[in-house]
Amino acid sequence: METITKDLLRLATIGSVDDGKSTLIGRLLVDTRQLFDDQLDAVAAASEKRGVGDLDLSFVTDGLRAEREQGITIDVAYRYAATPSRKFIIADCPGHVQYTRNMATGASTADLALVVLDVAHGLKEQTRRHLCIAALLGVSTLVVAVNKMDAVQWSESAFRGVFDEVQTVARELDFADVTTIPVCALLGDNVVESSTNTAWYEGPTVLEALESSQAGAWTTSRQGARLAIQWVLRQPGGGRTYAGMVNGDVVRIGDVVTLLPALVTTTITSISVGGAPVLEAGVGLSIDVALAHETDAGRGDLLASSPLPTVTRDLDATICWFGDAPLRSGQRLRLKHTTKTTPVKIVSLNGVVDIATLRIEPTEQFETNEIGLVTLQTADYLVVDDYRENRVTGSFVLIDEVTNATVAAGMVGRAAFL
Amino acid sequence: MTSAPLLARATDHLDLLESHAIFILREVVAECERPVLLFSGGKDSAVLLHLARKAFAPQSLPFPILHIDTGQNFPEVLAFRDATVAAIGGRLIVASVQHSIDQGRVADPGFSKSRNRLQTVTLLDAITEHGFDAAFGGARRDEDKARAKERILSFRDGFGQWDPRQQRPELWQLYQGKVNPGEHLRAFPLSDWTELDIWQYIEREHMALPEIYFAHERDVIFRDQMWLAVGPFVEPRPGESVERRVIRFRTVGDANCTGAVDSTASTLAQIIDEISVANVSERGATRADDRFSETAMEDRKREGYF
Ligand SMILES: Nc1nc2c(ncn2[C@@H]2O[C@H](COP(=O)(O)OP(=O)(O)OP(=O)(O)O)[C@@H](O)[C@H]2O)c(=O)[nH]1
Ligand SMILES: [Mg+2]
Repeated sequence: METITKDLLRLATIGSVDDGKSTLIGRLLVDTRQLFDDQLDAVAAASEKRGVGDLDLSFVTDGLRAEREQGITIDVAYRYAATPSRKFIIADCPGHVQYTRNMATGASTADLALVVLDVAHGLKEQTRRHLCIAALLGVSTLVVAVNKMDAVQWSESAFRGVFDEVQTVARELDFADVTTIPVCALLGDNVVESSTNTAWYEGPTVLEALESSQAGAWTTSRQGARLAIQWVLRQPGGGRTYAGMVNGDVVRIGDVVTLLPALVTTTITSISVGGAPVLEAGVGLSIDVALAHETDAGRGDLLASSPLPTVTRDLDATICWFGDAPLRSGQRLRLKHTTKTTPVKIVSLNGVVDIATLRIEPTEQFETNEIGLVTLQTADYLVVDDYRENRVTGSFVLIDEVTNATVAAGMVGRAAFL
Repeated sequence: MTSAPLLARATDHLDLLESHAIFILREVVAECERPVLLFSGGKDSAVLLHLARKAFAPQSLPFPILHIDTGQNFPEVLAFRDATVAAIGGRLIVASVQHSIDQGRVADPGFSKSRNRLQTVTLLDAITEHGFDAAFGGARRDEDKARAKERILSFRDGFGQWDPRQQRPELWQLYQGKVNPGEHLRAFPLSDWTELDIWQYIEREHMALPEIYFAHERDVIFRDQMWLAVGPFVEPRPGESVERRVIRFRTVGDANCTGAVDSTASTLAQIIDEISVANVSERGATRADDRFSETAMEDRKREGYF
C-alpha cells in the first residue's frame, strides 16, 4: 500500500444542478480568505451588474459569460486554496445532466467528493448518477453538505431525512468514509464557522471535515510498480533510458522488472528525475530508467514488478458513455490506455446501470451519460490491472475515430456494487 | 551509474507539480507531430522551458521555441530571452506583430497603444505557417476565471478558436492529443501551479529571470491605477508627473500595459514573502489589458489568444 502526500487534497464538488455547489465553494473560499481583494471586488461588480444581490458567491467559480448569464455551471473550474494545515485543489463541477462528462473530468482526479444536495429535495436522480460515477472512479471518501438549511428553518428532522437517504445510498455504493453536515452555503453556517442555528448538530464544519479527511492521493491496494513508457531518451555514449511516471509502488535501483507485453525480464540499473540521478523514486514522479539488458522497449510498453499485470486484447470493463450518438455493439473506436492507443471494437454491451435501482438491465445501446458494462477487443495487446487495484493501468478512454473527441471513460473490471 | 546518486528524500508538493508537468510535456511530444513552446521571457514561460529541458535531458529540446514579439517589450526581457535560448542551444522563432501590421493582417492601433489583442493573429498565423499542431503555454489556472475553466490539453478548431462549451472530457492523466489537419492543441503543463508555487520552484531550481522582476529604481508615471515605466512606449501625457520609485514587476507583458508594484523585494526569498501576504492578484495588480470588461480573458481566448 503506497500513499503519498497527505498535505495536498484534491476534491471535486458533485450533486444536482442548483443545489448550491458553486455557492458553497465561493463561501468556503471567501470565509477562509483565499480571494484577493480585486477578485472579490470583481465578483461584487458582476453580481450588481446582473442584479443578483451584493455578492453572488457562485460567481467566484462560475467565470464564463454563459455561466453567469444562465446561472449554472457549464464546465469545471479549478481553484487552489491553502489553510495552515493543508493545500487544496478544488474542482467545482457542473450539476446539469448535459455536462455529466465535465463532472467526470473533475472527479477523475479527485481524492474526495464534496457532495452538495438541497435539503428540501434530498437525493435527486442526478445526485445518484454523480455518486455512482464517483464510486466507479474510486473516490471512496464523501463529505456531504446538506444545503439550504435556512429554507427549512434549520429543521433537524428535515436533515435527518436526507441523512438517512445518504447513508443508504453510500452503503449501496460501498463508500468507505462519509461525513454528512447540515449547511447553509448562502450564509456560511457550518461551512467554516459552526452555526448557532443547528445546536442539535455536533459534527465538524465542512472545512474541518476537509482538513481532517484521511483521503489520500494515488492510493493503490496492490503491490507492484508500473512504469508506462512515454518516451525513449538517447544517452550520450549510445545507451537508452525509458521515461515515464512511477505508479503502483516505489521503483529502486536493482529492482527486477518485466517488460510487457514482450515478457522480457531485466533489472533497473539507474534512475533519474529530470536528468539527476536518484536511488529510488516514489509514485507520481516522472523518471527515466536504464535497464540491464538490451531491449526494443518503446512508447506503449510497460515495465512492471510482480505481481504482474495482465496482458490481453479482450477486456471486460465498465464505461461512462459521453458520445452524442448512442453506442452499439460492433462499433469501432480508438482506445487510449496508459501510453498506448489502439483500434478497438465493441464486442458486446453487457447491460446498463439503472441509476434508480443500481441494477444492471439488458440494453441494445448506451445513451449519452449512461453507465454500462462492455466487452471490448483491441487490435494491440494491452497491459492492464483491474481499476480498483490500480487507477492508472486500470483506466482508459474511448476516442471517436473521425472527430477525435473523447467519448467514454473506461474502467477495467466491474465494481462490486454493480 | 557513475555519478553519486542523490539521497532519497520525501516527495513534496513541488516535486509532484514538476513531475506532472514533465509527464504532460512528454505525452504531447509523443502524440503530436509538430509541437512548439511559446516563450514570452516571463517567469512562467521560463519555468516551462526549464521543465521542458528536464523532460528530455540529456537530449536537446524536441521542438522549437516561439516568441510572439509585439515590438513593445522591455529590453531586459528580450536580453533574457536571447541569453536563455542561446544557453540551451534552442531554436528560436520570432513572429512579429509589427510584421502582421506591415502585411495588413491587422490594423495598427497607433503609437503606444496596446498590441496585446493583436498578438492572436500573429500567433495563429505562425502556427499555420509552420504547421504546428500543439503549442505549449505557461498559463496557470489561478491567473484568471476563464483560465480556471480550461483543460490541460485545450483543443482549438481550424480557426484557432476555443469553445468553452465544447471542451473534450479530460479524464485521469489520459491526455489525448489527436487533432485533424488545420486544428491544433494548446497544452498547459503549469495548469495546477499557483503564483507562489512558481516562485518557490524558481528559488529551489536557482533559475535566472529578467531583472525587472526584482526591486529597482525607475522613472514611473501613475496611469490606469498603476505605475507604468517611462520609456520608448510610455511617454508622460500632459498632467502626468514622472516620479522615481523603487518598484518591481510582478508579471511581464508589454511595456505599455504592464504595471509595476511598489516593492523592495530584491531576492527570491523576499519576493516569496511578498507574494505570500499579497492581497491583490497578479493580474489585478499589473495588467491594464484585463480591465476592459468582465470577461476580457475569455473573449480573447475564444479568438485564439494564449
Ligand atoms: N436559500 C438558499 N439558497 C442557496 C443556498 N446555497 C445556494 N443557494 C442558491 O441556489 C442557487 C444555485 O446555486 P449554485 O451554487 O449556482 O448551484 P450549483 O450546485 O453550483 O449549480 P450547477 O453548478 O449549475 O449544478 C442559487 O440561486 C443560490 O443562491 C443556501 O444555502 N440557501
Ligand atoms: Mg455550480
